[in-house]
Amino acid sequence: MAENKLKLSGRLAMDFRKNWPLYLMVLPVLAFYILFAYKPMVGIIIAFKDYKPALGIWRSPWADNHGFYHFIDFFTSIFCKRVLVNTLMISLYDLVIGFPAPIILALLLNEVKSASFKKVVQTITYFPHFISAVVICGMVRQFCLTDGLFNIIGGWFGLEPKSLLQIPGNFRMIFTLTNIWQGVGWASIIYLAAIAGVDTGLYEAAALDGAGRFQRIWHITLPGIRPTIIIMLIMRIGSLMNVGYEKIILLYNESIYETADVISTYVYRKGLLEFNFSFSTAVNLFNSIMNFALVYIANFISRKFSETSLF
Amino acid sequence: MVERKTPGEITLNVFITVIMVFLSLIMLYPMLYEIFVSFSEPLKLFRHRGLMFAPAGFRTYAYEWVLSDKEIWTGYKNTLFVIVVGLVVNLTLTSLGAYFLTRKDCMWHKPITILILITMYFSGGMIPFFLTVKDLGLYDSLFALIFPTAISTYNMILLRSYFQSIPESLVESVLIDGGGHFTILFRIFIPLSLPAMAVMLLYYGVGHWNTYFNALIFIKTKSKFTLQLILRNMLIMGSNLDVDEQTAEYEQVVESIKAAMVIVSTVPILCIYPFLQKYFVGGLMIGSLKE
Repeated sequence: MAENKLKLSGRLAMDFRKNWPLYLMVLPVLAFYILFAYKPMVGIIIAFKDYKPALGIWRSPWADNHGFYHFIDFFTSIFCKRVLVNTLMISLYDLVIGFPAPIILALLLNEVKSASFKKVVQTITYFPHFISAVVICGMVRQFCLTDGLFNIIGGWFGLEPKSLLQIPGNFRMIFTLTNIWQGVGWASIIYLAAIAGVDTGLYEAAALDGAGRFQRIWHITLPGIRPTIIIMLIMRIGSLMNVGYEKIILLYNESIYETADVISTYVYRKGLLEFNFSFSTAVNLFNSIMNFALVYIANFISRKFSETSLF
Repeated sequence: MVERKTPGEITLNVFITVIMVFLSLIMLYPMLYEIFVSFSEPLKLFRHRGLMFAPAGFRTYAYEWVLSDKEIWTGYKNTLFVIVVGLVVNLTLTSLGAYFLTRKDCMWHKPITILILITMYFSGGMIPFFLTVKDLGLYDSLFALIFPTAISTYNMILLRSYFQSIPESLVESVLIDGGGHFTILFRIFIPLSLPAMAVMLLYYGVGHWNTYFNALIFIKTKSKFTLQLILRNMLIMGSNLDVDEQTAEYEQVVESIKAAMVIVSTVPILCIYPFLQKYFVGGLMIGSLKE
């Protein structure tokens, strides 16, 4: 044992003598990860403490109930169910409507025969991806006003003009459609790349056998891009409990919290607006654990039923 | 392949074309609408009913208001600072890290790689991150928008994939000639990876331009607000819109001004859009190569 250790330290010293410029190069990179990734991970400990800014992370006292006070506080609060349900519902809307959208777009784009027309459509549909969240949400808020664009369109179908973002029942749909509008073109790229990888010989053979276009899409294109669809589906299911706050905190208001307030926005409000640092961290940690479990489960199921998996 | 032009085929082609045109209109119209509103006259805008296909009247007051607003210029200035300094930090650290990830023959390669990859799956979350940055004395400093986001691990791995395609024999020849790792990185890897560096530049650059959240939580002094934070305060919170004009159509004036802000803050993105499209899609392809 001792001899091995000596050998190892000797090898490390030699490695360092040889490669020190390399380690010098990676030093600022390591500093970044330690300061901004690992230090916050250690900071999660405040979820089990009663964090007081004046005392700092280490000297703050432990929370009651063996440190689990804030978790129990969250699970027994009336908001627990609300934010969990809202997070899952928004994910579900996104999964049912948002997930197929780029696949359909990619299949349609692939059927466009004119290359220049296809290019124009792609250029237009990719653009919203680059618009900032603030601008997008600013526009959506304007369109939702009583005299806004959405009410003008609603008027064609005989709908009464209303301030749409004040009505809880509307939020999920508005949010999902906004995300699709911004992301569908961009998300279709990966499927287009997968379609381009499908063996063209298969199409020719199918055409010779008299298969129509729908049949070719159904029997060749879709099976050809199935691994890509499955990977994307795993990632989506893995993030069922992971709904971002960036756009929601720009769109919601108190009158629609009952449908719009998700875990991450709740964490933001409790932590950074109401300064319940420990409670907020506890909710966030619970969410992270759920996220990780979901990714793991989704990956396990996929490995079981197909050859495709993330890790 | 010979396409048979049956009536069914032709109908299908027309159908697909119609859908694509309709979709493109949906994608374009919101921005066009903002342009129309921004140039409209308040009274005519107030009286207008239905969709707009041109500005109602014509007036550039909204743009004069936006371009003479000091806060917006301050925002532009601060965002520009974050982008320029941020990009230097981003590109330096990302290429150093990506280079290290390609050097498999040192003993710390594996532990450090694992240390980096773990952060893609685990993070401290919002509050510990906030407290960490605050403890480092970056609160209310523009550097809070630069250092904590200095490296995106995803981007670094993209760049590593590109670096890996450079023949190892070039590295060996430099080492034999007595050159070091810095020479290899700055004289060989980076010059040979200019398309990938362009991808990095645009990924990080657009990120800095578009993000508002870190500015929202870290920046408190008005003179340090970034453009997106100012936009958020004006578009979303509706504050700071001092319109001098005494007019009955105050709301319409505000609408036009907000629309003009949307346009003014999106034009820079539009200007570099041809590059964005070219290199962003290229970046996605580098990413898919490694899988």
